[in-house]
Order: sequence, then C-alpha cells, then structure tokens
Amino acid sequence: MPPKKAAKKPNVSAEELLGHYREMLLIRRFEEKAGQLYGMGLIGGFCHLYIGQEAVVVGLEAAAEEGDKRITSYRDHGHMLACGMDPKGIMAELTGREGGFSKGKGGSMHMFSKEKHFYGGHGIVAAQVPLGAGLAFADKYLGNDRVTFTYFGDGAANQGQVYETYNMAELWDLPVVFVIENNQYAMGTSVKRSTKSPSLWERGAAYGIPGEEVDGMNVLAVKEAGERAVAHCRAGKGPYILEVKTYRYRGHSMSDPAKYRTREEVQKMRDERDPIEQVRDMLLTGKHASEDDLKAIDKEIKAIVNEAAEFSKESPEPALEELWTDIYAKEEA
Amino acid sequence: MATEILMPALSPTMEEGTLAKWLVKEGDTVSSGDILAEIETDKATMEFEAVDEGVVGKILIAEGTEGVKVNDVIAILVEEGEEVPAAGATSAPAAEAAPAAAPVAAPAAAAAPVVTSADLSPDWPEGTEMKSTTVREALRDAMAEEMRRDEHVFLMGEEVAEYQGAYKISQGLLDEFGAKRVIDTPITEHGFAGIGVGAAFGGLRPIVEFMTFNFAMQAIDHIINSAAKTLYMSGGQMGAPMVFRGPNGAAARVGAQHSQDYAAWYMQVPGLKVVMPYSAADAKGLMKTAIRDDNPVIFLENEILYGRSFDVPVMDDFTIPFGKAKIERAGDDVTIVSFGIGMTYALEAAQKLADEGINAEVINLRTLRPMDMPAILASVRKTNRLVTVEEGWPQGSVGGYIASTVMQEAFDYLDAPVITCTGKDVPMPYAANLERHALLTTDEVIEAVKKVTYR
Repeated sequence: MPPKKAAKKPNVSAEELLGHYREMLLIRRFEEKAGQLYGMGLIGGFCHLYIGQEAVVVGLEAAAEEGDKRITSYRDHGHMLACGMDPKGIMAELTGREGGFSKGKGGSMHMFSKEKHFYGGHGIVAAQVPLGAGLAFADKYLGNDRVTFTYFGDGAANQGQVYETYNMAELWDLPVVFVIENNQYAMGTSVKRSTKSPSLWERGAAYGIPGEEVDGMNVLAVKEAGERAVAHCRAGKGPYILEVKTYRYRGHSMSDPAKYRTREEVQKMRDERDPIEQVRDMLLTGKHASEDDLKAIDKEIKAIVNEAAEFSKESPEPALEELWTDIYAKEEA
Repeated sequence: MATEILMPALSPTMEEGTLAKWLVKEGDTVSSGDILAEIETDKATMEFEAVDEGVVGKILIAEGTEGVKVNDVIAILVEEGEEVPAAGATSAPAAEAAPAAAPVAAPAAAAAPVVTSADLSPDWPEGTEMKSTTVREALRDAMAEEMRRDEHVFLMGEEVAEYQGAYKISQGLLDEFGAKRVIDTPITEHGFAGIGVGAAFGGLRPIVEFMTFNFAMQAIDHIINSAAKTLYMSGGQMGAPMVFRGPNGAAARVGAQHSQDYAAWYMQVPGLKVVMPYSAADAKGLMKTAIRDDNPVIFLENEILYGRSFDVPVMDDFTIPFGKAKIERAGDDVTIVSFGIGMTYALEAAQKLADEGINAEVINLRTLRPMDMPAILASVRKTNRLVTVEEGWPQGSVGGYIASTVMQEAFDYLDAPVITCTGKDVPMPYAANLERHALLTTDEVIEAVKKVTYR
C-alpha cells in the first residue's frame, strides 16, 4: 500500500483541531517541565522525553475507542497523557513519590493504569511487542472486540522477538496495531546505520501483515491511518503495521548530548515540520481560532503542568513499608 | 515575574559542571526550546535549553566557570519590560527536598510469602481412597480439572495440542477443550512466552509449556522482567497470574544443552513462586494450586519422574498449599532435605542408612519459593545434622541457601557442618559413564550422612 498523504485542506472541525492542539501542547509542556525538574535533581535515573513526537499518540488516540488497550516502551509519558492519565500522577511518579501511578516504585519507564487500559512502560527494548500481542490475544479469546496499540521504535524493529510476534499475530489473527515510531535514531544510531532496508513497515509482508508509512508530524494523517488500521483489526482481519515517521527533538535520554546529528537538522525539523505549529497554522489560517484563543489554551495548559509539578514536589516519598508490598498478589480471601 | 535559571543536572550522577559557553546575552528574548548555554558534565558537553519564555535579565555565572553546583542560580529571566529583581527576591522554582517519609524498621525477613511455622498436617484426610497414578497423568488431570473450573485457563506451547505433548503431558486436552484453549505455537519461546505474559495482563490465566526448561532461557527476559516484576513496578495494579511449566534438569544422555537444573536460578527471583514436585500427588495438588495462584509460578517437572507411579488421593478438589514441605520419612539422627528428583536419592539413601541403624528424617520441600524453612529448622533442632540433596550445580545452589539460613537461625543446634550434595560442577557430558558421575549418586548422599553423623 502506498503511503497516504493528508489532504491539504482537511475536512476537520474546529473543535477537533483545538482538541489535538490542546493535547499535543500538554505533552510538549509536560515534557519541558519534566526536563526542568530533572535538571533540578527532582527526577532521577533515566528520563526519555517525547518532545517532537506528540502527533503520533494524539493522532492514534483519536482513532481509538473506549476499552482499547495500549502498551509502549520506556519513552512513555506522551502515551499516558494522551490516553487521559492524570498529569499529577505521572509527574509524581517521575519524582518517585507516593502520589505517582506506581506509588513511586516504577519511575519514568514503568507506569501503568488499569483504568485507562495502559499496560506500561517497558524498559527492555521490544519486550512490549509480544506483550501487546498477548493483550490482543486475551481480547480475542474473550471475544470483546477490542484493539491493542503496540508502540515500539525503529531500534526495537530490529529485535528478533518482533518477528516472532508478527508471525504468531498474523497466524492467530490478533487484533493488534503495531505502531513503529520511527524517530530515525535508536539512541545514537540512525536507521541508515542499522539497517539496509529503508522501509520498516514492509517487513510485515513476509508474514502477510499489511501496513503503511505515515507522516508522523501530521496529526490528521496519523489519525486517518489509525482509523484504517483499527478498522482492519476490528473486522477480524488480524494485525496491521503503521510505520509513523517522526522525530525527537531532545536526546535519547537526559544525559545524551545528541552529537550524532547536527543542530541544524533538529532546527529544520522544528521550523518546518513541527506537529503543534502545523495545527496552530491550520487553526489560525482557517479562522478556527484567534491568537488570543490559543494564548488562553497555552495558559490553561501551563496551569495544568504547573499544578502537576507542584503536586510532584509536595507528594511525600513512599513510606518505607512500600519496599515490601506488591511483590506478590494478595491471597484470595 | 522573574524566574531564576538554575544550573541543571544533565545526567543521573552529575553534581557539578562547567558553564562552558553562553549562547545568549543579557537583553536577548528567548522562548522555550532555545539553547541558552553549553554545559560540560563529566561525560559530555550538553546544550541547555530554555523552558520558559522571557528576556535574559541578568547572567550571574560567567562562561568558563568550573565547578558550578547543580541548582545554583546561573541567570535570571524577566518578562518584557520588567526590572531585574535583587538577588534572592525571585519566586523561582527551587529544588525542594522531598518531604521525608517517617523511618520505619524494615522487616528482617525476605519478601517471599513467608512461612512462619511448620505445618505438619497431612495432605489428605486419613482413610481417603487412593489410586495409583503416574506423574504424567497427575499433571494432565490437574490441568484438565482447572480448565473445567475456569474458562480463563488455557495451555500454549510447542506440540501441546495435535501432537498431544512432546512428553504426552497434554494427552487428550485438545479433544476435550478444543483448539481455542489448547494452542500449538511455532518454535519461538521468546515470542510466545511474551504473548503468554501479555494475555495474563489482559485477564487470562495462561499455562505456558516449555518443551524443556532449557529452551526457557530464550524466554527468561519475559519470565523475570515482564512477569515477575510488573506487579511491583505497577504499584500493585497488575500482575501476571500464570504458570510456566515443563521438564527441568537432566534427562538421560541428551548432553550439556538439554540437561540443566534451573531450580536455583528461578528461586532467586522475588515475584516468582517456584515449585518442584516429586510424587504424582505433589504434581497434582501443586499444579492445581499453581494455576489458581495470582502470581507467576515456575513449575519444574522432571522427565525421568513422568512415568513413575504414586498413590494420589481420589478427591473432588485436591490441592496442596505452597510453602508446605512434607516429611516423607521421620527420623532422629539426621535431616536430609531435598525436592523433585533429588528425593529419589534422598529416600534410597535413607532406606540403606536405616539398614545400618541410622534413622534419617527426609523432608520433601516441594516448593522452593516460598520455602518451608520452619519445617527444616524444626527438624534440624531435633536431629542436629543436615544434608541437602539436589541435581543442580554447587555454586549458588539451593542447598547453599538452606545451609546459610540454618547456620544463621540454628547454629547452636548443629553438631556438624551442613553438607550440600549437588551435581558436579561441569556441563553435562554425553558418555554414559561420565554422565553417571556428573549426576548425584545415592552413595554420595550416604557418605555425606555418615560424615555429619561421625560414623
């Protein structure tokens, strides 16, 4: 299937565009704040920011229905915000506090929400791929018509377990959308330096899985492709692959100086392709919103993020007893 | 409102750094994402971006300054037209120490579900009708009973369905439960173990069969990182209620890659429960408990035991709780602790020793995590001597853990050093005579007992 391009003048409501704008901006501002708190020593260890990739999760969440599941790697803050998890609980997990989604025991890379059907936050590259297929296996077994979005990066796309999973997912017609977030760099190794085959989604053909390449900087294109993928899965036709071409502006993690690419390359992407700026332009040129309207949204988002940051500082560290809880499930009464 | 810009921590370990270069000057307008400065850490030179927008009001640390502490104020950002406030008067974000949690004494015991006192009650009521059953049949019966009881239970693995199991453990299950619940997988342990764990996250209760546990090394990342740790990492929100099962340890003449005992490996992992049955009754009662348990359970079977027959109680719902050892033979002179196929050596040795007038108490652990340490300690306090028996390697062995615990908990009761009988510290050889020597022998157990009883 050839890559589909979003129409120049999309038939999209002001309300929908404003929703995308708000959600992408929330991720961007949240991540900037997380970077700041990291700099202040309030967040420790590894912290992988999602800045630049916002359109991927926001577009795909717009294609999801209530009850659909999602699972991803360690670069997970954006996915959690996009599926509606409380920014306060996410930020407090980043600071390792009691009010975090995992009571401070998971950290940036390991958060979960049963309520929002978010299944983590996995730190071993590509491990979430068979896990996501397993979630889809459970849905198919239970006959509940749900779809699982399984996100992984261009780096993970070279792991063997991805292809073991493709094989079984197609063999068993599992309702799983494999989303390859191709941000072009696996830590410091560009796709060009790690694989000779330029197209990652086409590898699905070897297993009989259809797919397509998507402009991951364009939230409407992502949503459209997501709708095609979901329809395929919900029709019982098995898995579907979306290779979403995106870009991360920041380093792989906080301690990555990103010397493997030029500042100009990053700046060019920011200037010409930024997913938030694209929607902002559509809103302004389409007269869907005024500068003042957008300023008001900026202000509102800033307040949410500041509130999350305050909560993440004020929430106490977990009680020492927590060291010893949640290792085993409680015995049934 | 003015904002202080603080020296950032740019790696998990950075405490100070060099402010190498300013890329803005006082009076410049900046917006979020603009690079303010280059900062050298011990590892790299990093670009430092603005988070807030505003005008650079004052630069407080000159470029080239070394040893700038993390969180020192390096510049002040003001709004358009705003005066730079006097030092210390800003309402900037400052790193606040986390409100400290009240210190509490950490529990001394391990986090494994703790067995607090020895429970020597019998596994079934006296007078129960018994039926001779092979370990193979017992495992199959246990799975079938649990699959009848709970539709969420399913079996997946290589050759479990149409072939009826590589070792015929799943004989008849496909006929009874159909292809939806008895699922042949391709030969992809890493992948199907991960799918099994995901299915458990998604509300099912998978039984994942490994044709042997040797092949589970391909899947061990999912067993440990995905199954065992998720409940903890999610703050108790979700875990993996499932069973990983299959034959473990040496079979016969299959060489190094197919002959390894993983008991000690898995026993080390918090979040897992580890079972290693000996008899058919153990196999049945523990398998039913394993399938019902809400945690990931490693169920280590043994190919050589599959065909052996034992009495199994005829009961509607026979289960054995985890963490409850069984005293297979009572005695006063020495305690022999073993599990799984190790029990064959332990019991044979005890029989021969009895002929020589040495009465050994033989404990069948059955579960290694949780481990019934109270039963071991109670016995050692009676016999004052301990020998452990297992087929696995000596370094980091199950017996080594038991010996250290007994030394700490019952040192004054010991009349001799604990001896740990294990397999030899070599990869398994193929030649028949070498393999016999690589494995444990009953004579070695007898010799160990004589040593600790000074006979």
